[in-house]
Amino acid sequence: MAERIPPEAHAAYQRIHATDEFAELKRSYLRFVVPLTVAFMTWYLLYVLMSNYAGDFMAHKVAGNINVALIFGLLQFVSTFAIAIWYARFAARRMDPIADRLRAEYDEEIKR
Amino acid sequence: MSTTATLLRAAEDNDHQALTGSLFILVVLITVAITFWASRNTKTAADYYAGGRSFSGAQNGFAVAGDYMSAASFLGISGAIALAGYDGFLYSIGFLVAWLVALLLVAELLRNSGRFTMADQLAFRMRQRPVRTAAATSTVVVSIFYLLAQMVGAGALVALLLGVENEGLTKNLTIVGVGALMIFYVTVGGMKGTTWVQIVKAVLLMAGTILITVLVLAKFDFNISDMLGTAAENSGKGSAFLEPGLKYGVTTTSKIDFISLGLALVLGTAGLPHILIRFYTVPTARQARKSVLWAIGLIGSFYLMTLVLGFGAAALVKGDEKEQIAASGGNLASPLLAEAVGGGSGSTGGAVLLAIISAVAFATILAVVAGLTLTSASSVAHDLYAQVWKRGEVTEKQEVATAKIAAFVIGGIAILLAIPAQKLNIAFLVALAFAVAASANLPALLYNLFWKRFNTSGAVWSIYGGLISSVGLVIFSPVVSGKGEDPTGKNLSLLPTSIDISWFPLENPGIVSIPIGFLCGFIGTMLAKDRDAEEHYTELDVRAMTGAGAIQ
Repeated sequence: MAERIPPEAHAAYQRIHATDEFAELKRSYLRFVVPLTVAFMTWYLLYVLMSNYAGDFMAHKVAGNINVALIFGLLQFVSTFAIAIWYARFAARRMDPIADRLRAEYDEEIKR
Repeated sequence: MSTTATLLRAAEDNDHQALTGSLFILVVLITVAITFWASRNTKTAADYYAGGRSFSGAQNGFAVAGDYMSAASFLGISGAIALAGYDGFLYSIGFLVAWLVALLLVAELLRNSGRFTMADQLAFRMRQRPVRTAAATSTVVVSIFYLLAQMVGAGALVALLLGVENEGLTKNLTIVGVGALMIFYVTVGGMKGTTWVQIVKAVLLMAGTILITVLVLAKFDFNISDMLGTAAENSGKGSAFLEPGLKYGVTTTSKIDFISLGLALVLGTAGLPHILIRFYTVPTARQARKSVLWAIGLIGSFYLMTLVLGFGAAALVKGDEKEQIAASGGNLASPLLAEAVGGGSGSTGGAVLLAIISAVAFATILAVVAGLTLTSASSVAHDLYAQVWKRGEVTEKQEVATAKIAAFVIGGIAILLAIPAQKLNIAFLVALAFAVAASANLPALLYNLFWKRFNTSGAVWSIYGGLISSVGLVIFSPVVSGKGEDPTGKNLSLLPTSIDISWFPLENPGIVSIPIGFLCGFIGTMLAKDRDAEEHYTELDVRAMTGAGAIQ
């Protein structure tokens, strides 16, 4: 048996799951994170593959002793920080308000 | 205070060993005091397992960073850069990018839908006993692998940092001492004590790293290109030192091996049980998100500074000390760099900085092993004892008492395994822990969160499938047998050189075992029909996405 949930909670979950608001929340979340996950994984693998197989390109010096490999590596830091901030802002703007409303509805329903 | 007096005297004498020893004792005293303080507020199961869910996102972010950045990161990565140049930096990046998986796909949803352990999240809509048994098995295996590597490393490091004569005895005593301390933190302080130890460690680690980084950069007038040039010159390898290839790019096999390692790092982090349970220590999903943001900031800036430490060590540490770094496999790069920028061997500044960095490394080890012990003890008590064995018919008090006994037993086992393991080459265990986490835990977690059809059979298949394939492939890989000896006669594999059972060419199984884990989860799901699990997905989905009904 899975975890037992009281019938009124079960009903509330079912109702919320069927609302347009919940569908919108789930859709906007997946539309944001799935492409982004594919993108940063590809970006990271590209970096690893280039390091392994594109030595000449990576060794190219850009300024002083700073080469393409170092810049590529530092760009991984930049992209990681940027994606993290981008996601946090997206979640606060687009997801949190809907989640808060639905959670408040749930709490209201359960109390009765 | 007598400690302060000893410290001052040792500093005047430039006696870095006495200074280091005193700072180690200071670290122990601070952490023990924190643990006693935290134990006063630890009463319920939620206090013990999840620190009362009362930490803020920022506090938990520091604790996550403290839990994640092991001595292998602090000393190992800077050492790898000092010895192999660019490839050490390449290695560090996987550890950071991995946090995006935790941020985007795992942290918030897990906080909303779990309770104390990784198994709680899966068991929400599955049959309790098989799923909890599987998840607890994988939790304990991952944690013990990681723990063993840390404890053996602790023995070697403390002996190295204190520079003692009788190495064998000191290493054994260190392992016993570190083991006793971690059992103490976990049994007395629970999650609250462990978390504060990790927060203090993260602050010490960041402060120590910033200090050395600034001192190193100042030597080059903050001209990074200059530092890199000097490092390349002094490494004896020229510009190749600043390019990829010295460590991972040697052969076709080593290249594929590195891709395999990179995959395990990126996908494994969000499946490490000791990281996952940290998200239960905050009150809401939003605070869990904030935790990861803080962790990314801290871990990212830490690895950026490691770049300076590594290349700085290659540029500034010379002569005897340089040979010592090579002999230590890189582990002494940061401590000896600290000595060099403080004024060199024999100077007061050098002795003080060397002692400080050694103490930071020691605090790092303590915080990480405490987190690992707590994680496995929680899973044994909450999943195996309370749910699988007693079928939920236990009081909170009994459960917490069991967790404390489990911490004793797991800590004891870790000590007993770590002492003989010192003679073996077990450097592969951390990478293996990441590979198991990526192959066994992550598939189950992601399927459970995003695939309605997923069920008990699928969860059990993916966990055991990923666990057996990753550990199994490593058993038949060069790290266990068949690598032979290096020129100095040191065995490069785990087993004696007379035994060779290797047929799998890669040292890192991830590239094969991660797809196997996901595939097993899919096949296992398709082989069974479980209406209950599908129906409960609605509830899990709403709870994970909105936090409605989440455990407070």
